Amino acid sequence: MNRRVVVTGLGICAPNGVGLTNFYESMLNGSSGITFHQELADLGFGCQIAGKPEIREGLKESYFTSLQLRGLNSSGIVYGVMAGSDAWKDAGLEKADKDLPDWDSGIIFGTGILGIDKLRESIHLIDNNNARRLGSNSVMQTMASGISAYLGGILGCGNQVTTNSSACATGTEGVIMGMERIRAGKAERMLVGSCNDSGPYIWGGFDAMRILPSNYNDNPQEASRPMSSSASGFVPGSGAGAMVLESLSSALERGAKIYAEVLGGAINSGGQRGVGSMTAPNSQAVQKCILEALMDAGVDKSEVDVINGHLTATSKDVEEIRNWSEALGRTGVDFPIINATKGLVGHCLAASGSVECVAALLQYREGLVFGNRNCQDLHPEILALVDASRIPLKTISHTPGIMAKASFGFGDVNACVIFNDYKVK
Amino acid sequence: MESDQHFGQLKDIVKMYLPDDVSVDAIEVDSNFVKELNINSANLVDIVLDVEDAFGIRLENEDMDKMQTVQDALIIIAQKLQVKK
Repeated sequence: MNRRVVVTGLGICAPNGVGLTNFYESMLNGSSGITFHQELADLGFGCQIAGKPEIREGLKESYFTSLQLRGLNSSGIVYGVMAGSDAWKDAGLEKADKDLPDWDSGIIFGTGILGIDKLRESIHLIDNNNARRLGSNSVMQTMASGISAYLGGILGCGNQVTTNSSACATGTEGVIMGMERIRAGKAERMLVGSCNDSGPYIWGGFDAMRILPSNYNDNPQEASRPMSSSASGFVPGSGAGAMVLESLSSALERGAKIYAEVLGGAINSGGQRGVGSMTAPNSQAVQKCILEALMDAGVDKSEVDVINGHLTATSKDVEEIRNWSEALGRTGVDFPIINATKGLVGHCLAASGSVECVAALLQYREGLVFGNRNCQDLHPEILALVDASRIPLKTISHTPGIMAKASFGFGDVNACVIFNDYKVK
Repeated sequence: MESDQHFGQLKDIVKMYLPDDVSVDAIEVDSNFVKELNINSANLVDIVLDVEDAFGIRLENEDMDKMQTVQDALIIIAQKLQVKK
């Protein structure tokens, strides 16, 4: 059994836009979601800027019951439930009946660490010999699978409901896992996505590794500079992205709108061998992942039209471009059009893959390729491989054909998914 | 009189934990929290914490085990308040 899989719903909770409409506007116009955070300055962080979704007053109430909101102190759950519920609704799907789960619908919703603020609150109570005051909700807000569990209960999904975790590859990995489950005939619909908490307890470790930019605290919107010669580290982010994947037959039967087809994908690891390490990707594995994704999709290297890169705004961007170029055997004006969503939202960590997939997929709906922010000064080693015309600075009118989206994560793990404009054939 | 007041306070606490399809009016003195009011048993620990805060008392595990109905809770509250005096 090898069934076609399409995307029928999108949901987003991003630093530069909560909800599809706001997010689309920001992506279209190149509006950044990176802001200065006084809290980080007060704590003595080097990097005092970050990407954090702005949840307006009263919005949470439309996603959570008053009981769920009570003691809710897990930003990842808030972002994930909002994005996941929106994607479900966008796909035209209803919540399951009160007494009957929807056996054909499942959830793979990833995260890195969940509910870190709730965890901190709980640790303080426990350290004060007051564990009995934790109440009933500290476990579900801090278990990694809390996000899929919340969504599963809200939507009533009766198929596989789980949480994957592969650092910054999490979101893209989830799309491939969901696609595989539908392809195999084990589910008709899979809500896939990922979320990442915000705040100093998430971002502090990265600040300590000195891999975040510290020179843009007065100029936050210019800080995230993928592919730029002045890139000085990734800007930490947070949020959630979500997609409803569906068998083509189910989508057609429901008369659902189709954003794009998921043609295939691949997941692998560089094994932290060769140049690969806990924090650096093994280029051989990256190229292998890209090629395996194309093979899985039944697509030739020459057919790739658009790339949404992992491109974090570190020195590794050059290496990533070289990997795409070598894997596809394409350079100069022949290189696909490429963009980096992180220039506008920062690095949303475990949520990055899903947030960026949502951005990439919106391009099909609109017949556009979003522009790249903050890379007027392209890195010379990138320019040596790719003609500048392939890296649009402003949004251009161009309906993507075959599109590759890759994400790479700590632990030397890689994921690459291949989308295509949906054509009835 | 005092027990009426306690019932009112308890009702205010319990209503937060009712599922959507159970109305506040369903909370009677003899209502069973889990079987009749359909409250998730995990939330009983939250009700206990709210009761502690509202009445300035402390409930032990055995009190919680005995707390099946609204009436059970009112008796425990009255006892704890008595001891406190």
